[in-house]
Amino acid sequence: MTQCLTLTWRGIVKLRRHPASLADVVFGPAIFLVLFVYVFGGAISGSTREYLQFVLPGMLGLMTLLATMGVGTALNQDIEKGVFDRIRSLPTPRIAPLVGAIGADVVRQVIAIVALLGFGLALGFRFSTGPLPVLAACALALGFALALSWVWVLLGLSLPNAQAVQGLGAVIIFPLSFASNIFVPTDTMPGWLAAFVQVNPVRHLMDALRGLMLGGPVAQPVLITLAWMVGFVAVFAPLALAAYRRRSLTS
Amino acid sequence: MSKLAIEAYGLVKRYGEVTALDGVDLAVRTGTVIGVLGPNGAGKTTAVRILATLLRPDAGTAAVLGHDVTTAGHQARQLIGVAGQHASVDEDLTGRQNLRLVGRLLTYSRKDAAARATTLLAEFGLTDAADRAVKTYSGGMRRRLDLAASLVNRPRVVFLDEPTTGLDPVARGALWDRIRALVAEGTTVLLTTQYLEEADALADEIVVIDHGRVAAQDTPTALKRRLGSQTLDLRLADPARADEAAALVAAVVGTAPARVGERLSVPVTDGAMMPAVVRRLDDAGAEIAEIALHLPSLDDVFRALTTTKELTA
Repeated sequence: MTQCLTLTWRGIVKLRRHPASLADVVFGPAIFLVLFVYVFGGAISGSTREYLQFVLPGMLGLMTLLATMGVGTALNQDIEKGVFDRIRSLPTPRIAPLVGAIGADVVRQVIAIVALLGFGLALGFRFSTGPLPVLAACALALGFALALSWVWVLLGLSLPNAQAVQGLGAVIIFPLSFASNIFVPTDTMPGWLAAFVQVNPVRHLMDALRGLMLGGPVAQPVLITLAWMVGFVAVFAPLALAAYRRRSLTS
Repeated sequence: MSKLAIEAYGLVKRYGEVTALDGVDLAVRTGTVIGVLGPNGAGKTTAVRILATLLRPDAGTAAVLGHDVTTAGHQARQLIGVAGQHASVDEDLTGRQNLRLVGRLLTYSRKDAAARATTLLAEFGLTDAADRAVKTYSGGMRRRLDLAASLVNRPRVVFLDEPTTGLDPVARGALWDRIRALVAEGTTVLLTTQYLEEADALADEIVVIDHGRVAAQDTPTALKRRLGSQTLDLRLADPARADEAAALVAAVVGTAPARVGERLSVPVTDGAMMPAVVRRLDDAGAEIAEIALHLPSLDDVFRALTTTKELTA
């Protein structure tokens, strides 16, 4: 336990050491938000203010998708640079490097969420629900990110280098995020795309986040999102752990 | 309690079609330094990773201080330190943070971990650089930190995988000194290297690995004796007298020298041959432009050992 916390601490120190990656976490969302609101906002929603209300929960979802990639690249880099073997050569639990990577990622996600909501509020976003539903929305986004991070753990352990993880990550994330209701209402999409949106887990996450932050039906989208999370964990956690064992002991 | 610090029997490791280790046996007595010598891809790193509990062999067994590396890995890890190509430090952290991280991972208290880090930084001459990120370190400093990180738990067996590859001679010397100090404290050291010179300088015993097999295991002296010899190279100021000089050298050494361009090259078993050759050429009035005595190179070692293997096979 202490050892996992120590490795999480390492992740945080690394974040501080890398002003660029910290900036990525803090300002990335802000820049995205500003661009989307002021470039597309007027055209999509008629006014930037209205679009801000619509897109901020979407950005929260998008960020959790993007940020989870960090687990995969961090693990991959540790393996490549030999830090992974250093940790494993010590009498630590074999799972410690993995837990440490995920722990550091949770910290990064929390920073990113706080930064995004802060910028959103500064630009004029207003919650129409209470503090509890908003906290629940953040928790749901974080939970979704954690469930999804197993996919990245699997990729991070299976692919040869961090670039490959990032490359394949983008290929997965772009369709999932754009072919959803993150940025725009889905009414104008052609039928085949709308069908994909219907099954896209991100869409249910979006519905749940919007419901929790702006009001509206909550129970169904939250349940569907939770079901997806359970699904992700059930499928990818065993695969990732098997890859982890393989990478730890046979290569 | 076993007298052997490291023992391995019939280690085999395959990666798909490639056989990295093909039945390696090793026995290292406690308190000695063993040098594992071999070219790239010979299986040195694979062997070290198995012995350091980082990799599971496909066949064979290995134990460190009596603890089986596959079934009692956790106990073995309490007693070992690993540094080198594969077990490394985090470039984004400072030297001090790296050592404290290791201490904390060993479940030392914050205070103990910090104290141990300070001691090791001083011992390894890194106090001034302690609070700089490792990525600003020179190659030599990095390797020293690497070694320091492997010593936080005061290990009784240390594995060093090519600890000085790519270092300049000064940095290499500094690292050798640290390794010698470690040995003086009674630590058993297994180090892999591509340099015969390094194995010769540090190791009590040398294991030569080639194509995943142990090609030879012996003391450095015995190994060199077995390989024959040193080589005497010389070049005359007047190349026209090379034939005459070759005959004179042959008379002293007992073997006709090989001619490579303007150079004469002849194997000698005794270093004292060199002054004798110099005297004879001097008496004949043949001025020597250049003369040197060479230890067998790793190339020579391998050529010799693989030839022997082919003859006996």
